[in-house]
Amino acid sequence: MKLRTLTLGLLSASALAFAAHAESITIATVNNGDMVRMQKLTDDFTKANPDIQLNWVTLEENVLRERVTTDIATKGGQYDVMTIGTYEVPIWAKQSWLLPLDKLGDDYDVKDIIPAIAGGLSVDGKLYAAPFYGESSFVMYRKDLMEKAGLKMPDAPTWDFIKQAADKMTDRANGVNGVCLRGKAGWGENMAFLTAMSNSFGARWFDENWKPQFDQPEWKNTLQFYVDLMKADGPEGASSNGFNENLALFQQGKCGMWIDATVAASFVSDPKASQVADKVGYALAPDNGLGKRGNWLWAWSLAIPAGTQKADAAEKFVSWATSKHYAELVASKEGWANVPPGTRSSLYANPEYQKAAPFAKMTLDSINAADPTHPTVKPVPYVGVQFVAIPEFQGLGTTVGQLFSAALAGQSSVDDALKQAQDAATATMTEGGYIK
Amino acid sequence: MARAVTTQHKTIATAAAWIVALLIFFPILYTIITSFKSEQEAIQGFALIPSGTTESYAEVQAQSGYFKFFLNSVILSVGSTILALLIAVPAAWSMAFSPTKRTKDILMWMLSTKMMPAVAVLFPIYLIFRDTGLLDSRIGLTVMLMLINLPIVVWMLYTYFREIPGEILEAARMDGASLWNEIIYVLTPMAVPGIASTMLLNIILAWNEAFWTIRLTTTNAAPLTAFISSFSSPQGLFWAKLSAASTLAIAPILIMGWFSQKQLVRGLTFGAVK
Repeated sequence: MKLRTLTLGLLSASALAFAAHAESITIATVNNGDMVRMQKLTDDFTKANPDIQLNWVTLEENVLRERVTTDIATKGGQYDVMTIGTYEVPIWAKQSWLLPLDKLGDDYDVKDIIPAIAGGLSVDGKLYAAPFYGESSFVMYRKDLMEKAGLKMPDAPTWDFIKQAADKMTDRANGVNGVCLRGKAGWGENMAFLTAMSNSFGARWFDENWKPQFDQPEWKNTLQFYVDLMKADGPEGASSNGFNENLALFQQGKCGMWIDATVAASFVSDPKASQVADKVGYALAPDNGLGKRGNWLWAWSLAIPAGTQKADAAEKFVSWATSKHYAELVASKEGWANVPPGTRSSLYANPEYQKAAPFAKMTLDSINAADPTHPTVKPVPYVGVQFVAIPEFQGLGTTVGQLFSAALAGQSSVDDALKQAQDAATATMTEGGYIK
Repeated sequence: MARAVTTQHKTIATAAAWIVALLIFFPILYTIITSFKSEQEAIQGFALIPSGTTESYAEVQAQSGYFKFFLNSVILSVGSTILALLIAVPAAWSMAFSPTKRTKDILMWMLSTKMMPAVAVLFPIYLIFRDTGLLDSRIGLTVMLMLINLPIVVWMLYTYFREIPGEILEAARMDGASLWNEIIYVLTPMAVPGIASTMLLNIILAWNEAFWTIRLTTTNAAPLTAFISSFSSPQGLFWAKLSAASTLAIAPILIMGWFSQKQLVRGLTFGAVK
């Protein structure tokens, strides 16, 4: 009897000790295909780390951004790993809100991370977030319609070529629009596209002294070209189209060209979802011969907030999810085409990946063509290709986005929109103490 | 002739009512229809007949367990409603039957708390929750939902109680009923329709509350609003899955509303026609 009691006691004590030892980390993430896939594959991690439990919080992108910002700013400590983008990382790292990732393990191979991506996630040479998947933007076009128009898409087209091709491909009677571009207002919506586009027109948000530049001819050329192009060859109601709306149009065969995130390639080439899956070609984002292309750079990345009590377990997880081993795991379970793209050079050197993903080379070339630390033709005081990495940009970018969206919808002229954008930017920058 | 006009009017009124009802209900109906489509069907354009596939439901269930969120929704909405009624019944009772000259002001002040956008107090509330360890706890969120719905509950109950003639209570007092007996045996039976509809409406409001329930929870206390939110995607068209998640989230409250609609309508129109 005594022995039984003793054994039971010991067993319960060890169970308790184990329970106390098991750490659970909470990971905040977005509902994108690659992230959902990761959640399904975490058995591989928990088997190797039985003392770490994973809790997932999946949220819509804007809600996630608000939630994690609230939590990190108040040191709420609700999350141990956060999914954030290249916009947040430099700002938050400077505020000391993120822990530097310096214990990712010996076999992690930090140098394998594509330099353009690593550059956007580092501050003073230290990596503050590990990229889970990276993307740029490029031109997706219908090969059949291009042929019908008697044109051949170059690997690196100019904006003039895009205009010429769009004019020829537009066939409104048959519901075909020459080009589909973002028009929905938002700093991450139309302004991501327009800011990247403006880089190739030689424009910039601010000069070296943070003076807004919307009153300069480069911005006028950008916006006028965009509005004219969309009026002649864009879909109806384009001012409310974002990524998902244009994706639906392209998949239904209603766009000749679509310039958007490289991640869209896997959607438009998927025969289960796309009616034009076998007719899609890819090209670099257009330029104007000024040395910068109109493509952006973004990486959904995993970062560890400074307020966490479980930094070691969190870093173990980040290391696993962004490792070469994870890429191999996805490939073995779901095929190479489903490996998260745009983070590691080794993936693009892999012949099996090149075979499975016909858009691989163009994705890598697009990512390499973007430089977040020198995004524009003329010098700028900020980091970021399709955004300006300052806290004020979310609000200002959305305000300017609304003005430009109104110009696209014909509610205001290009000149008026630019003048109002200049005024709004000047007010924000004065208030923020950037200019006097 | 007069009779014919009345019948015609009735027909027109009925038809108009049906059209309006259909218009209001259509988005929900279309969500349910879309949930039985494949993703490809869902983006193909407007179609009222789905292929009837249940793949989205299976995927939604596989991706994140529905039941945990459902249970939290039930606990939060019912819990906050009971808590709100415990406070609001005495409050409304005293204001309806023993009004002072400040009663109207108090009522107005209570309502004014609803006029401020919730986001304005996000940070203070978040900090209070952080410091008291209430983040992601059911207790904290129950109290929060009770607080935000309390003004409406008090107002509704006050309106119902005002309809009850004070003379009946006086008569009860004359017969020697204590305050407690007065509330239990006289007031409550007469106010049951009002309390019931207030309760139902409050459960619906708490069930659908999506600002605080998403912002103050992570995993343990997350209700169905967080469940739906997790299926909204900025990159990728998952309309069928999102519709399936939405249908699963609104089904319980829709069914409850259906069964209690008589009570709900009677309570809501109580005192509206004089």
